[in-house]
Amino acid sequence: MDTNTEIRNILKQHAKLTADVDTLGDDADLYQAGMTSHASVNLMLALEDTFNVEFPERMLRRRLFESITSIRSAVDELKAGGS
Amino acid sequence: MGTLSREELLRKIHKIGAEVIRPAAASVDKEARFPREAFEALRAEKMLSVYVPEQFGGIGCSYADLAAICTALGQYCGSTAMIFAMHQIQVACIVRHGNTPYFQGYQRELVEKQLLMGSATTEEGIGGDVRTSSCHVARDGDSFVLEKKAPVISYGEEADEILVTARRGPDAASSDQSLVLVRKGDTVLERTHTWDTMGMRGTCSLGYMLKAKGHVDQILPVPYADLSAQTMHAVSHTLWTSLWLGIATDAVNQARAYIRAEARKKPGTVPPGAFRLAELVVELQSMRQGVQGATRDYIEIMDDRDALSGPSFTIRMNNLKIAASRQLVRLCADALQIVGITGYKADSKYSLARQLRDAYGAPLMIANDRILGNNSTLLLVAKDE
Repeated sequence: MDTNTEIRNILKQHAKLTADVDTLGDDADLYQAGMTSHASVNLMLALEDTFNVEFPERMLRRRLFESITSIRSAVDELKAGGS
Repeated sequence: MGTLSREELLRKIHKIGAEVIRPAAASVDKEARFPREAFEALRAEKMLSVYVPEQFGGIGCSYADLAAICTALGQYCGSTAMIFAMHQIQVACIVRHGNTPYFQGYQRELVEKQLLMGSATTEEGIGGDVRTSSCHVARDGDSFVLEKKAPVISYGEEADEILVTARRGPDAASSDQSLVLVRKGDTVLERTHTWDTMGMRGTCSLGYMLKAKGHVDQILPVPYADLSAQTMHAVSHTLWTSLWLGIATDAVNQARAYIRAEARKKPGTVPPGAFRLAELVVELQSMRQGVQGATRDYIEIMDDRDALSGPSFTIRMNNLKIAASRQLVRLCADALQIVGITGYKADSKYSLARQLRDAYGAPLMIANDRILGNNSTLLLVAKDE
């Protein structure tokens, strides 16, 4: 499964969006799609578990979870070992 | 920085406090009325715009000065200090995020007319989470209408403007909020809840059905999520705790004055309460260090909007609120033990009744248990202290 599809699956399970994840583009604003800061915590824990990474404090900003693209680039950066 | 030094500012505040605010405090408390004489005096010294930058005509005081003013006011009347702090929280949102011609013009107007700003963030049916709204901004061309069932709008009937949270539009998610300035002439408030409380009675925090209209320029240009993370959350907690520090200082000063009077009655002996007073002063110093330290932490990263929105800083500000509100209650209760029955009387000059009743509001306004719940979630993701 490619990374974006995995991210979409995690969003479906944890982000509690009011919009349907399948209708969102990779750059769609997830906060406008109804994600709360509480949901973003669960989302982060699921991402860490799935991709076996740990988001460092410096990345834990609102914009990290802004879109599928922003999540993807953070995951890629961490998997490449640059933390 | 600013047109007045901290010393000059505090001299003015203490003068107003001693001459106007303290003499009115008992009647404000008893009648649960707005401290109008306090605000007349504060307006005369242009204190409502003390934090507005000089370029718009304000005094342009530093954030540390603003916190010091809240602490000074807290020593005279908790309700007056709380209203002043709540007003300044709204002003800080405009100063820091209102970089549009409309909001720059509004700051000039605030200076000139010494306008008082209120806030309507809570809403019926949202379970107390101010980061979600049910009501929404209904746009029609350049204008909007807004209706909100607000269980609490402090000094709503006295405020010239109210900053209201609402969903950005009819289809926006509950967490996708805007902050909207509504003005007195365009706003109707129908009372729905009373405010006959144990303490903080002068804040007049009644509930209302709010109906307002206005121009779309009155909607702040940043999402409320950012505004809250970068400004409102930290400013609320640092200014509230600053004024609570003032109430605690007042209570401890009452105990000190009482012990001194006791000592004068029997020269050469140390009054029995003096030992407890020594303990009390330890606690007050700890509270002061906590409040002033956290305020300095905020000032240090105030312009780093990125760091402000991180979970560690949010937890830090939440901890400040929890710790200071608990310390305030403890300090006032312990001061009462020292002063004894004289402090228990409402009409004695060593009375601690109002301070203690006001103090009990601190752990409840945004309940500490709710904040601890938020922290326990954030601690799952925060990586360092």
